[in-house]
Amino acid sequence: MKKTLSFLSSHKKECVLGPLFKLIEASFELMVPLVVASIIDKGILKGDTRVIYSGCITLALFAFIGLLLAITAQYFSAKAAVGFGTKIRHALFDKIQSLSFTELDRTGTSTLITGMTGDINQVQTTINLVLRLFLRSPFIVIGAMIMAFTIDFRAALIFAGVIPVLCAVVFGIMLGTVPLYKKVQSALDKITTLTIENLEGTRVIRAFCSEDKETESYADVNSKLNHLQRFAGKISALLNPATYIIINMAIILLIYTGSVRINVGDLSQGDLVALYNYMSQILVELIKLATFIISINKAIACSGRIEAVFDMEPSVKDGTGIETASNDTAVEFDGVSLTYSGAGEASLEDITFTVNKGDTIGIIGSTGSGKSSLVNLIPRFYDATKGSVKINGIDVKAYKIDDLRNKIGIAMQKSVLFKGTIKENILRSKPDASDEQIKEAIAMAQASDVISSKKLGLDEMIEQGGTNLSGGQKQRLSIARALVRKPEILILDDSSSALDYATDAALRNAIKGLSYSPTVFVVSQRTASVRHADKIIVLEDGKICGIGTHDELLASCEVYKEIHQSQE
Amino acid sequence: MKKSKKSTFIKILGLVKQYKLSVVSVIFLAALSVVLTLYIPIIIGEAIDLAAGKGKTDLNGIWRLLIKGAAVIIATGVINHLISTLNNRIAYGVVKNLRMKAFTHLQKLPLSYIDTHPYGDTVSRIISDADTFSEGLLLGFTQLFTGVMTIAVTIIFMLSINVYIALVVIVLTPISLLVSKYIASKTHAMFTLQSQTRGEQTAIIQEAITNQKVIQSLSSEKETLKRFDEINEKLGKYSLKATFFSSLVNPTTRFVNSLVYALVALFGAMYALKGGALTVGGLSCFLSYANQYTKPFNEISGVIAELHNAIACAERIFELTDAPVQSPDGNISIPPEDIFGSVNAHGVYFSYVPERPLIQNLNLNITPGQQIAIVGPTGCGKTTLINLLMRFYDVNDGSIRIDGININDLTRESLRSGFGMVLQDTWLKTGTVRENIALANPDATDEQITEAAKKAHAHSFIKRLPKGYDTVLTANGSGLSQGEKQLLCIARLMLTKPHMLILDEATSSIDTRTEMKIQSAFSTLMKGHTSFVVAHRLSTIKNADRILVMKDGNVVEQGTHNSLMEKGGFYYDIYNSQFKG
Repeated sequence: MKKTLSFLSSHKKECVLGPLFKLIEASFELMVPLVVASIIDKGILKGDTRVIYSGCITLALFAFIGLLLAITAQYFSAKAAVGFGTKIRHALFDKIQSLSFTELDRTGTSTLITGMTGDINQVQTTINLVLRLFLRSPFIVIGAMIMAFTIDFRAALIFAGVIPVLCAVVFGIMLGTVPLYKKVQSALDKITTLTIENLEGTRVIRAFCSEDKETESYADVNSKLNHLQRFAGKISALLNPATYIIINMAIILLIYTGSVRINVGDLSQGDLVALYNYMSQILVELIKLATFIISINKAIACSGRIEAVFDMEPSVKDGTGIETASNDTAVEFDGVSLTYSGAGEASLEDITFTVNKGDTIGIIGSTGSGKSSLVNLIPRFYDATKGSVKINGIDVKAYKIDDLRNKIGIAMQKSVLFKGTIKENILRSKPDASDEQIKEAIAMAQASDVISSKKLGLDEMIEQGGTNLSGGQKQRLSIARALVRKPEILILDDSSSALDYATDAALRNAIKGLSYSPTVFVVSQRTASVRHADKIIVLEDGKICGIGTHDELLASCEVYKEIHQSQE
Repeated sequence: MKKSKKSTFIKILGLVKQYKLSVVSVIFLAALSVVLTLYIPIIIGEAIDLAAGKGKTDLNGIWRLLIKGAAVIIATGVINHLISTLNNRIAYGVVKNLRMKAFTHLQKLPLSYIDTHPYGDTVSRIISDADTFSEGLLLGFTQLFTGVMTIAVTIIFMLSINVYIALVVIVLTPISLLVSKYIASKTHAMFTLQSQTRGEQTAIIQEAITNQKVIQSLSSEKETLKRFDEINEKLGKYSLKATFFSSLVNPTTRFVNSLVYALVALFGAMYALKGGALTVGGLSCFLSYANQYTKPFNEISGVIAELHNAIACAERIFELTDAPVQSPDGNISIPPEDIFGSVNAHGVYFSYVPERPLIQNLNLNITPGQQIAIVGPTGCGKTTLINLLMRFYDVNDGSIRIDGININDLTRESLRSGFGMVLQDTWLKTGTVRENIALANPDATDEQITEAAKKAHAHSFIKRLPKGYDTVLTANGSGLSQGEKQLLCIARLMLTKPHMLILDEATSSIDTRTEMKIQSAFSTLMKGHTSFVVAHRLSTIKNADRILVMKDGNVVEQGTHNSLMEKGGFYYDIYNSQFKG
């Protein structure tokens, strides 16, 4: 909570002024019963019209001042809350972008998205509410009691007695239902999941004829939800009648005590009306306060989730940076193992190999054999749990992460393009690239026909998720994006799977002919894509089971031979 | 339009019918509660009048009045509690029944409905629309009723005490309503702007977070943050306006109310001065009415919006529950083990939308036990053929027969349980790995499940999951790779031992080596059973008894691999285009 609130620090002024104006407004509200009492006692009972006129004008004046004060208070609290939202949203987004893959995997995108949207909105709304109302309600409750004491001590004792009882009942019931409603919510979540699942699995469910079974389990969850809802509803339905009875009984008591006091001449009729009015004010404010506490409770839960993200330390720490390095080996793996956080078994074990500058390395193996894990270690998406990865003879951990990643161009397995023009997408990789450079990279990636087929060429819009491009087009554009940097190391992680063999071959030739001769890693399931590599690494269950050229491996590596044969 | 409103109304009544008695009781109790609640200020006013001053106070009279008051208070409290309880029972009951009705209906809707309506939309109908409807309608209805009652009874009570002051309250109070309406209409545009910008921002957030790894691989974090900040600042500006201006409603309506209060005090006091026209107790009663009188007005405007919303939600749900169900089931039932597996199609025509004919005059003759492969470019109708075989869709014309029986005459259950099916789009449900494999036969023993997983080559990766077969899968198997999900679906099939098989790109995400190993398991499974295999990797189907080559919804060539290669036609072209290089 503390950390979340620190984003309010630049709005200290508003945070003080908002509640302050609200309190002044409330003070005027507390004066109203006194004015009415004087109208009754001095005006009506003593027959003085001047008191009546001036009293009523005072009431109107109070109303007007109250309006001005309230508007001022609303302005300050809105400014503070919105300012807070804008600041924390920026900071959280920045934080998320600084997390490394391990934290991203662990937290999950949906949690992060909810944090950025729903959670922050909830906290922002609550802050606005708190600034406006949280101080006001207790102030009026306590204030009304104090005013009662100034009118009559004995009658005021009823206030002192009834307020704690009311508080206990209101907060008891409200807070008591919080966990119940949490249960209701989780049952509702469950039924939502079931509905989505049923829709997504319609074909499978119908193919297995399990519609009735699904309906049955849905009915179970549905009636469980119904029971929970009714139980929670039953408890919260106590709140209104209970507070109603308590406060009105207190009023009865108050009137009786008051009448006795009037009879002996210690209290006036107007005073009694004032006391009655104060009692009514208290109930309204207490109910407001309780609704509030619920919303604060929610906001605390939200801010807890937000802070959990802020508290995450990126597991990949930035290096100190290096001056220059020259070495003939471009990439070197030395006894590298990788166990993902929370995983039972290592995904890579004892990987050792060296790659010379300008070489092309093929990496092949079955689904889940660790191919992507291996190349992900080069740009430090993950850090090796054992052993070391070196680029140009220097440990990757020594580089500044930005410097390191700028040396590397990657086309990932799932080719992702962003909403925006084709040009903007390519520029993401090298913001200062000229149109010439972009076109060159696109030509190398065999994607010139994608551009020429579009009416606007480079300025053609790509929809979110790249839905207006085919799989092969997306793959080629994401390869172009990797190439535009002229990287020292180019990683193609199964990024040509949607290309036909001819295009794949043309791409390979174009890369081979690149003037800056990058070191290339080609991850693939197809032997055809790696057979021309200088060196092929065959992975099986996270271990290297063969390194060599195509012909060498056909002779020596059983796994490679099997893969090759399965594709003949 | 009017007619549809009316029919919606009738349908809503149909949903509530079951709770007739409760609804009538709620209305009656609510009326009673209103009268009692408003009666209390009168009792208290009378009591105050009896406390006229020193020595002039009728304590006995006050005592009697207060006892009466206490009785009324307790009665009101109990009645209010009854109302809430009944309301809960009705509202939650209606939503439960409605949801069940919608879900049951969903199981009977044709696939064409489910395929053409976004899931998110259907889900929000069944979940949030149902909630909004039941709460909005029933609570809204009682609130509306109570509100109108309160206004009416207050007016009657006020008129009975003093006609002129009553008129002041009656005429002036609705002004606050107008003020709040005015502000709401002025702020509407600001809210639209705010929610639009928020939507844009959410899109950016979603894109950036879902693809965070790509962004980092491009070191484009700063650039992304800049884009985000632009919209974030804009949102801040719009939000401030929307938040501030909308929060003016409360203070301004309160201001109008306070003015009315001051006027009531003025007129009341003047009347009281004139002697006897109004007592102090009467004035106090009026003041408390003036305070309460606006509340129902403010609530009613909210409630009416809520009711409109509830009816809109109801219409959306009825659209779903009234959607026509799938064509009637056949009545011939054959136990799956009695199916021989001959499949014939005669002059089949089919299209998803009438304007775009897809399958035209398709004829097939498949003898029992044949292994059929279907190949062809994307969109040629491979998956459609399977949709028709499983009767997910009905043919427009012509017929498909299994063992000589038109599939429209078979019960869907016997048709579908005759087939085992694995699709490219894997589907796993929330539950353990074990439960997922045993989806079709929950009574399978652990040995059978393990056996099936081994046949599907899924055993070794399942073993490595944190809790093995008891690992709970969530959100369609998140955490598993696409290939692993496919292996689980194949394991599911291995357990059912079906008599006919459909594999629609079942191994597309599995590497070729593992695929080859699974193929051998499939071959055993398929031996003697009719099977249909769709695959884009031609290597996996070379051994099929017959290959159907499809193009634009028609089978253009059929034969074995060798005969098709010899023919040098369309198949020859696709085969070579895949293996060039």
